[in-house]
Amino acid sequence: MPLLEMKHIRKRFDENEVIRDISLRVDKGEILSIIGPSGSGKSTMLRCATMLETIDSGEIWYMDERAAYVDAKGSKVYPRGEEQKKVRSYFGLVFQNFNLFPHYSVMKNITDPPIHNQKRQKAEVYEEARMLLKKMGLEDKENAYPCQLSGGQCQRVAIARALALNPQILFFDEPTSALDPELTGEVLKVIRSLADLHIAMVIVTHEMNFAREISDHIIFMDQGVVAVEGKPEDVFNAEHARMRAFLGKLEH
Amino acid sequence: MSFQVMMHELGEGMLKSMGIFSLTLLFALPLGLLVSFGRMSKNRLLKGVVWTYISIMRGTPLMLQLLAVYFGPFYLAGLKLGSNWRFTAIILAFSVNYAAYFAEIYRSGIESMPPGQYEAAQLLGYTKVSTFMRIIFPQVIKRILPAVTNEVITLIKDTSLAFSLAYAEMFTIAKQIAAKETSFMPFLAAAVFYYVFNALIAFLMERIEKAMAYYT
Ligand SMILES: Nc1ncnc2c1ncn2[C@@H]1O[C@H](COP(=O)(O)OP(=O)(O)OP(=O)(O)O)[C@@H](O)[C@H]1O
Ligand SMILES: [Mg+2]
Repeated sequence: MPLLEMKHIRKRFDENEVIRDISLRVDKGEILSIIGPSGSGKSTMLRCATMLETIDSGEIWYMDERAAYVDAKGSKVYPRGEEQKKVRSYFGLVFQNFNLFPHYSVMKNITDPPIHNQKRQKAEVYEEARMLLKKMGLEDKENAYPCQLSGGQCQRVAIARALALNPQILFFDEPTSALDPELTGEVLKVIRSLADLHIAMVIVTHEMNFAREISDHIIFMDQGVVAVEGKPEDVFNAEHARMRAFLGKLEH
Repeated sequence: MSFQVMMHELGEGMLKSMGIFSLTLLFALPLGLLVSFGRMSKNRLLKGVVWTYISIMRGTPLMLQLLAVYFGPFYLAGLKLGSNWRFTAIILAFSVNYAAYFAEIYRSGIESMPPGQYEAAQLLGYTKVSTFMRIIFPQVIKRILPAVTNEVITLIKDTSLAFSLAYAEMFTIAKQIAAKETSFMPFLAAAVFYYVFNALIAFLMERIEKAMAYYT
């Protein structure tokens, strides 16, 4: 059963059509990486999937339920109220620039959403948060504030914060591109460890070796369409001129 | 008039000044937030009305506004309001005026918040109201505190404008005594009162700023 299915998505900003009929599917425990040149629409695709942007046509399905779609008359149908709450609980998003809440401690960043929004028991949430922090290698940081942490530590807190809500699928938008190279490794390591837990993930990244190694499936996006897709080795060996140029540029 | 009597009378005037000051803050701070919502509203009509209100409040002298509020009901509607009206009019005029200034401060603070904070909150399941109350507003307070401190200090000095309605706050009393005694002393004493009050408030605001300095 697919966790997420995006069917024939289109999205434009004014006259600029950024996503032109893209479909994708993510199954339980599957890892999908999205690669492609700057401006190809990768972030926009994630923002559509997480409903930060509304689609102009197509359908978004979560867990075999049509969560959002554009009907025949062209009106956008998005969930509201309880239904919206349920759909949003399926996914989490890790941002490029973390977007931690600076006025909350690390612990509060992680525990406030489950306690306040999911109405879960405080004790249980705290216990789980401590376990998550341990997994992130941040057990000594629970009382720190985001401004006291390095970028890599902030990103690991952001990952813990997303995980604390027990999402079915986690989206990452270039989780390491705001980080110094020496901090990238620690974040990638954490994401790898999530793969072992069989959490479904969609990762937009410029880290090609990482994508190749971790993904079940890779999509190469170019100018708003899926130009190449398939298993990592197939995608990286494909003879697609734009993609060869893109990979070549990264190497230098 | 002995020095002691003078200080006593000025002290009473001071209390009245402080009354205007605190009641104005009590009403203007929340009202300003509401006004800022109107100012940022998507409703064009509401936005226009609020814009006009703010621009009048900031574009005309507060003393004129005091007179307008105090005498308006009589000249416009022939209403004769009781003896309490003087004080009510003062608080009303001050609150409505200061709310306009505070509204612009709130607006600048709210608009300076990075969109990422709203997006993260939405993804983490916060409702619109919780997002504002728990995530946005606490950070806005920290950002606008210096600007609010400026307004608050201006307000202390502005309370003296109530003399234009012959309300017996400190400045009015200082002026009366000075005229009666042909002495400059009362003004000097009043200046010291204002200055000390200002220093206290400035100190308090600094403490609040420090208390919020635990994050950047
Ligand atoms: N809110 C917006 N308003 C207008 N245009 C936008 C908006 N967001 C994105 N775009 C445009 O959409 C196109 C795709 O942007 P997007 O951010 O999805 O690219 P990307 O593949 O994530 O690029 P990068 O690798 O640089 O992050 C760009 O041309 C961008 O200018
Ligand atoms: Mg992007």
